[in-house]
Amino acid sequence: MGIYIHIPFCIQKCEYCDFLSFVSSSRTRERYVEALLSEIRILGKQYEDVSVSSVFVGGGTPSCLEAFQLEEIFWTLRSSFHIMVDVEFSVECNPGTLDESKAKAMRAAGVNRISLGLQSADDTELMALGRIHTYGMFLESYELLRENGFSNINVDLMSGLPNQKTKDWEETLRKVAGLGPQHISAYGLIVEEGTGLFRKILSERKKGLESLPDEECEREMYYMTKGILRDFGYHQYEISNFSRSGFACRHNIDCWTRKDYLGIGLGASSLIQETRYKNTADMKRYLENSNRPDSIQTEKTVLSIEDRMSEYMFLGLRMTDGISISGFNRSFGLDFFEVYGEITLRMEMEGLIFRSEDVIALTPRGVDLSNFVMAGYLL
Amino acid sequence: MAAINQKHIRNFCIIAHIDHGKSTLADRIIEKTGLLTSREMQAQVLDNMDIERERGITIKAQTVRTVYKANNGEEYIFNLIDTPGHVDFTYEVSRALAACEGAVLVVDAAQGIEAQTLANVYMAMDHELEVVPVINKIDLPSADPERVIHEIEDVIGIEAVGAPLISAKNGINIEEVLEQIVAKIPAPEGDSSAPLKGLIFDSIYDSYKGVIIFCRIMEGTVRAGTPIKMMATGANAQVVEVGYFGPGCFIPCEELTAGTVGYVTASIKNVKDTRVGDTITDAQNPAKEALPGYKKVNSMVFCGMYPADGAKYPDLRDALEKLQLNDAALVFEPETSTALGFGFRCGFLGLLHLEIIQERLEREYNIDLVTTAPSVIYKVHKTDGSVIELTNPTNLPPQTEIEYMEEPIVHAEIMVTTEFIGPIMSLCQDRRGVYLGMEYIETTRALLKYELPLNEIVYDFFDALKSRSKGYASFDYEIKGYERSELVKLDVLINKDVVDALSFIMHTSMAYEKGRKMCEKLKDEIPRQMFEIPIQAAIGGKVIARETVKAMRKDVLAKCYGGDITRKKKLLEKQKEGKKKMRLVGNVEIPQKAFMSVLKLDED
Repeated sequence: MGIYIHIPFCIQKCEYCDFLSFVSSSRTRERYVEALLSEIRILGKQYEDVSVSSVFVGGGTPSCLEAFQLEEIFWTLRSSFHIMVDVEFSVECNPGTLDESKAKAMRAAGVNRISLGLQSADDTELMALGRIHTYGMFLESYELLRENGFSNINVDLMSGLPNQKTKDWEETLRKVAGLGPQHISAYGLIVEEGTGLFRKILSERKKGLESLPDEECEREMYYMTKGILRDFGYHQYEISNFSRSGFACRHNIDCWTRKDYLGIGLGASSLIQETRYKNTADMKRYLENSNRPDSIQTEKTVLSIEDRMSEYMFLGLRMTDGISISGFNRSFGLDFFEVYGEITLRMEMEGLIFRSEDVIALTPRGVDLSNFVMAGYLL
Repeated sequence: MAAINQKHIRNFCIIAHIDHGKSTLADRIIEKTGLLTSREMQAQVLDNMDIERERGITIKAQTVRTVYKANNGEEYIFNLIDTPGHVDFTYEVSRALAACEGAVLVVDAAQGIEAQTLANVYMAMDHELEVVPVINKIDLPSADPERVIHEIEDVIGIEAVGAPLISAKNGINIEEVLEQIVAKIPAPEGDSSAPLKGLIFDSIYDSYKGVIIFCRIMEGTVRAGTPIKMMATGANAQVVEVGYFGPGCFIPCEELTAGTVGYVTASIKNVKDTRVGDTITDAQNPAKEALPGYKKVNSMVFCGMYPADGAKYPDLRDALEKLQLNDAALVFEPETSTALGFGFRCGFLGLLHLEIIQERLEREYNIDLVTTAPSVIYKVHKTDGSVIELTNPTNLPPQTEIEYMEEPIVHAEIMVTTEFIGPIMSLCQDRRGVYLGMEYIETTRALLKYELPLNEIVYDFFDALKSRSKGYASFDYEIKGYERSELVKLDVLINKDVVDALSFIMHTSMAYEKGRKMCEKLKDEIPRQMFEIPIQAAIGGKVIARETVKAMRKDVLAKCYGGDITRKKKLLEKQKEGKKKMRLVGNVEIPQKAFMSVLKLDED
């Protein structure tokens, strides 16, 4: 089983961000950590027979908590659950929030993978995104982590930013790949409704201005990402994820291959025995009730066999290895081609997927149009 | 009830411009004459349909009989006939007026006389009705009853000095209206022993009783058992029941005598047999001649209606048949479109009528519709001397077989405050209007008269009028006749194939502009697909405009939202839902709303 822990706090909300995160007072953070600890303890009793193979602490910005708070969370987790010896234990950190004591606290608690949110190596772009740090500050954090023994680091990058040119993106890529982190996530920016960036772009458009790169340019950036990272020795294992051999993120892959994971904290999602749950996103409700985990679940979906097959497809197709036909047949006791023969043939004819022996995966064009393909596989 | 003394009957209707408070006054009259307590009153008793209530307009004429005890101590029977309030239903209004001796004219104390006020008053005067003016909404801060009274006297030429100043909404001075109805509106005349003459002013279909005919008995008497004949349609039937109208219910009685208003049922299965305006007579003792003024109402506006889900075709047919039982003005026949499949070409009195039917189909019968652009009837004179009445642009014969074409022209009157005369005139100019003249109603308001082609006003003219006058212009029209015109058919080709449902007939001078706008609009409406899609507008095979929907390059959602798979799935499902709302034409998926959006080319 995997565990996901959500820390919904940030120093400042980024312009493009529509995740569950916000600016908070130190009092709120204290109360949240307290509530989180009691949720962890209770759930630990519920799952005492289960071994945990990956832990992912995400946000928000987990590293904006104090070192002692991080310690409390990690040690409580370790004493409440059976954490496997070879666990992948990731924590998301943002430059500008890390210091020596936090790095040491994480290291001591067995954190062995850090995901650093950089997004861009260009300070002007960082500023426009509402990031609190510069590229220089990122380098300091990166160095600090290396010095403290972290040998598995991911860097998050984002392409298709407002006013970004292909060569700007190339520069970011080359700078970061040159540092040699074990893992790079390179996402295309999505302008989500309700974000500051969305409003800004809308108001610019009213004046006839367009700062976002067009689709052609955006795709060019994507193909460039694949090329450059390949040259630097990274293997692409998913639409937006690249890693050195052996460093693919276990938490990610478990999620796409539909392994059970337990979400803890505000708004966290879980998949437990083919049922999806989601915790409340209401802070007050969470703080008051986290010691009764059942009572803070707001969504509960028991997955039907159609749901499960649909998920198997649209999650599995994210990965460059694609899905296994025999794996499908085994999991569901049905013949893949009975269920998906027609759509698979159509997608193949459109040149969006390829099939070899037991595997079905997206073609490069299929990656470009992945939503279209995935929607086709919904039952 | 014993024989009714004609002297104590008052048959009247209420006429007004839309929103001036006609239905509200009707409600007050019903309430004050003691039929219902105000607690029992749902606002606007007479407007039965949901759509009527929502839009605040009357579509079907409703009628109610109440008893009023006047200040002179006598009891009077009031037959109030509520008339439809829209230009589409002018003929129904005229028949309802013919059933009355008087009309209560409601004028808004703030807005004064509007285009429909005039149209209705002139119609009432044509029927020699006694017009009783009433000034409504006097409690509005902007009310100026003095000015409105002068306006009525100057413009219409009826005395308005003693007009009741009322607020129908707040029940102020309603008594005064009732007293004036008694005092000013003449009692009906007519000989109850003469051969039967009853004017049909409406009919509805009831699944138990069959058609219920609403009529005004002009001469003679009708009772259960009377064999009746409709003088225009020739339909025969035997009366089963007669009665009068309670609020929202029918109250049977023994007989209807000359001067009364009531209903007749005779196990008639089809409203088509009981056309509004026809005369009922006694089959064994028929009247020598029918009442004047009957005419068959013809549909003016046509459009194709298709079920969004092809499997719902039989449901659509059933629904149209049911609506037609109550609405003789609705006509339809099956048609097939290569783009939209099986559907119906439907005829309507006007655009509002079309919208109402569309809404009722969607709401009451739960059928999602795709509607094609409304068209008027064009007369196509062919080289072989024959004439076709064209209701569907697709059926236009080849250019070589056409000698010339004619289109319907209306005479339009637009009432507008002087500051908006400029924009309204340029709007009419844009719509190929011919200026006929202008009259000043008072220093700040004028009545513009134009001749306009009907096809220029059927879809968005009313909206354009409102937006260019900040909502102040009002509008009324009547059909004048047909005129020869340079018309062409504009075809739209999507991926090189003509999409029949998007074909349009229009004046040559408009074609380039429209063609270009249609292509632009469709380009925005049609989502990118796996291949490039040319969109072209063409006249007789010659392409006049072109746009291209580029092939889809990118449709990726890179993020995975921290394990929130449900959210990702919802997004994909939304995308898949969107595809269901598409029509596959050739190999191009066209969203249903694209077919409708081309109607609204003038919005931007």
